[in-house]
Amino acid sequence: MIHISKRDDISFAKAWGIRIIAVLLSLVVCAVVIIALTRLNPVEVYKAIFDGAVGTKRRSWATIRDAAILLCIAVALTPAFKMRFWNIGAEGQVLMGGVLTAFFMINFAGKLPAPVLFAAMIVSSMAAGLVWGLIPAVFKAFWNTNETLFTLMLNYVAMQITTFCIVFWENPVGSNTVGIINSKSKIGWLPPLFGLTYGWNVVMILAVTLAMHIYLKYSKQGYEIAVVGESEKTARYVGISVKKVIMRTMAISGALCGLAGFILVSGSGHTISTSTAGGRGFTAIIVAWLSKFNAGAMILVSFFLVFMQKGAMQIASQFKLNENASDIITGIILFFILGSEFFINYQVKMAGKHKEG
Amino acid sequence: MKKLLSIVLAGAMACSLAACGGSKPAESTAAPAAETTAAAEETKAEAEETTAAEETKAEAEAAQGEGIAKEDLKVGFIFIGDENEGYTAAHYAGAKKMQEEIGLTDDQMIIKWTVPEDESCYDAAVDLAEQGCQIIFGNSFGFEDYMIQAAEEYPEIQFCHATGYQAASCGLENVHNYFTSVFESRYVSGVVAGLKLNEMIADGTVTEDACKIGYVGAFPYAEVVSGYTSFFLGVRSVCPSATMEVTYTNSWASFDLEKEAAEALIADGCVLISQHADTTGAPTACEAAGVPVVGYNISMIPTAPTQALTSASIEWGPYTTYAVQCMLDGKAIDTDWCHGYAEGADKITELNEAAIAEGTADKVKEVEDAIKSGSLHVFDTSTWTVDGKTLDTYKKEGIDVEYISDGYFHESEFGSAPAFDIRIDGITEKTN
Repeated sequence: MIHISKRDDISFAKAWGIRIIAVLLSLVVCAVVIIALTRLNPVEVYKAIFDGAVGTKRRSWATIRDAAILLCIAVALTPAFKMRFWNIGAEGQVLMGGVLTAFFMINFAGKLPAPVLFAAMIVSSMAAGLVWGLIPAVFKAFWNTNETLFTLMLNYVAMQITTFCIVFWENPVGSNTVGIINSKSKIGWLPPLFGLTYGWNVVMILAVTLAMHIYLKYSKQGYEIAVVGESEKTARYVGISVKKVIMRTMAISGALCGLAGFILVSGSGHTISTSTAGGRGFTAIIVAWLSKFNAGAMILVSFFLVFMQKGAMQIASQFKLNENASDIITGIILFFILGSEFFINYQVKMAGKHKEG
Repeated sequence: MKKLLSIVLAGAMACSLAACGGSKPAESTAAPAAETTAAAEETKAEAEETTAAEETKAEAEAAQGEGIAKEDLKVGFIFIGDENEGYTAAHYAGAKKMQEEIGLTDDQMIIKWTVPEDESCYDAAVDLAEQGCQIIFGNSFGFEDYMIQAAEEYPEIQFCHATGYQAASCGLENVHNYFTSVFESRYVSGVVAGLKLNEMIADGTVTEDACKIGYVGAFPYAEVVSGYTSFFLGVRSVCPSATMEVTYTNSWASFDLEKEAAEALIADGCVLISQHADTTGAPTACEAAGVPVVGYNISMIPTAPTQALTSASIEWGPYTTYAVQCMLDGKAIDTDWCHGYAEGADKITELNEAAIAEGTADKVKEVEDAIKSGSLHVFDTSTWTVDGKTLDTYKKEGIDVEYISDGYFHESEFGSAPAFDIRIDGITEKTN
């Protein structure tokens, strides 16, 4: 009845045409769901989401700031996933970076000149993330342990370490909150760049994204990662040291997660708690996979997810819809976008029209 | 790769389907919300058009004691949770009470739900400021630093923070702290628990010397210490042989941790449980184990119909109304506000006839009247000792305040947040 065949190639315009149709269709379906569940005018709801995410200058910057962090973690995860190393531990790697950053902000404020302090914060946070990424890699390389469980469990270890540190830093005693670190002196806070509060965050993360794109696409090491990911046997056959690649790649992945932790603490939240990473380490996995590891797509996807998060706060405030409502909308839109890839890769024809011999 | 992608996707779909099922309560509130939508949109547009000059003019007038016209007032709220969470539900009830008493329309109230204790709180605060709110309330302890940060930026807007401690010391006139004398309602709920223990002793279910209470606390922090001590003193005022064991979950709201903590306490021989944590975890464990329980914030009768006695609870309405009324009258809001039973800011929830001991209602009435009239002081030094000795002086490091005078600890009189952090005899604290 229905004949499905693989498309050999599809024009750029046609591919994007399909995607745009998919998004429009998803909005229609969402509209039906919104009316059915809430009896609200879907156009008003869409407007509120848009307004909440980018309605004012401040809101736009909050969206950009959070999207950038999510992007940074997704970029950090990419080489590991490309190598088929299931790094579920970004949350912990980010947290470790954040803890080290907070350590320097709290204990060395006023004792070190600003450039030295920032260098110490960046280096130590990346080192902490690196170690947290390297531990499961070493075990995987030498004893073939299961990295999914290993990295996942290390998240909880990182959380306990954070809780432990907070005992020394908490203010007031017993409250379990650190509060804003150096709120008066702003020591260890990433300064504004070109007058933009989050300028450094964006510049650093875009630089990391670009560097990762080039590293994976054009460097020999990037190629090795791809080969190991496709087939370890092939890699061994052509003389690639799989152990070395696993450890090197996870060191990079972990270090970049640590850097994300630095940006979160120094450039955004200025505090540390067990929820500093806030699930971003897991959301970033979805970003990386949805984007098929394409850097450009990652920027779009992380922006879209944060856009919907921020929009969710607005529809909660305006219509008393809780965040589940925006999760439904996000889910439907993602379903259609991913579904559209099928129509880009395959051609569907009704069998009646084309009888084949 | 595609396979995994589709698995992730399937998972996402399943999640959103599950979310569908869970969003029923939204439906009922949706209809009235829809009606006000159009109005909200209009006023919002107007607010955005209002120039900064006009706003500052209005604020200047307010400072001169003229107040803000009722129809020009906008009130913002930053809540840590939503209505499904007892603590925020209580704050929301207070906000609704204020709205009713002052007579504000729905679009004069802007609420930010489920705001985490990080830079999102600052985002929410400045966003409310930009939407034209002249007064902003925040309900979670961890919001304080972020609200102060926003208050520095918007000196003409009033920021009221519940449970905080920095309003007096931060040097900003537009930052205010508030709390209620919740130790009073804890004491009363303790009396209810003590009467129950007496009944159990009379029944022979418990022996007098094995009368141990379990207490599920959040953090080893003054607010919690003050809470469990006042509860314990309430119990002991009617059941002198009672002792108490306190354990901490290190979380303000975790159903699982609270349930486990309660189970561990029961296994350790506790015959009655109370809590200072925000979920129904402990009552759930108590209902299963058949152990009486005193809750917090909300009535636990739906959770533990046969075991819940009552809950210590706070009414946030009196403060919210007071602060907003100050805005209308052009009066300054107290830097620290803390009132209790006498002003209707504290209460215990409905007594569960199925579980309480006989004569509880009368005794409760008597104790409540004594608290209201000021003849009963919860932290009366003659009722508790430290290492066998009665305290006659107590000072904290870095604060030049004598807390004990006239024979009692002056709780919440020098700052709105609870200050009592003394570990008294009869209570064992388990820190892990």
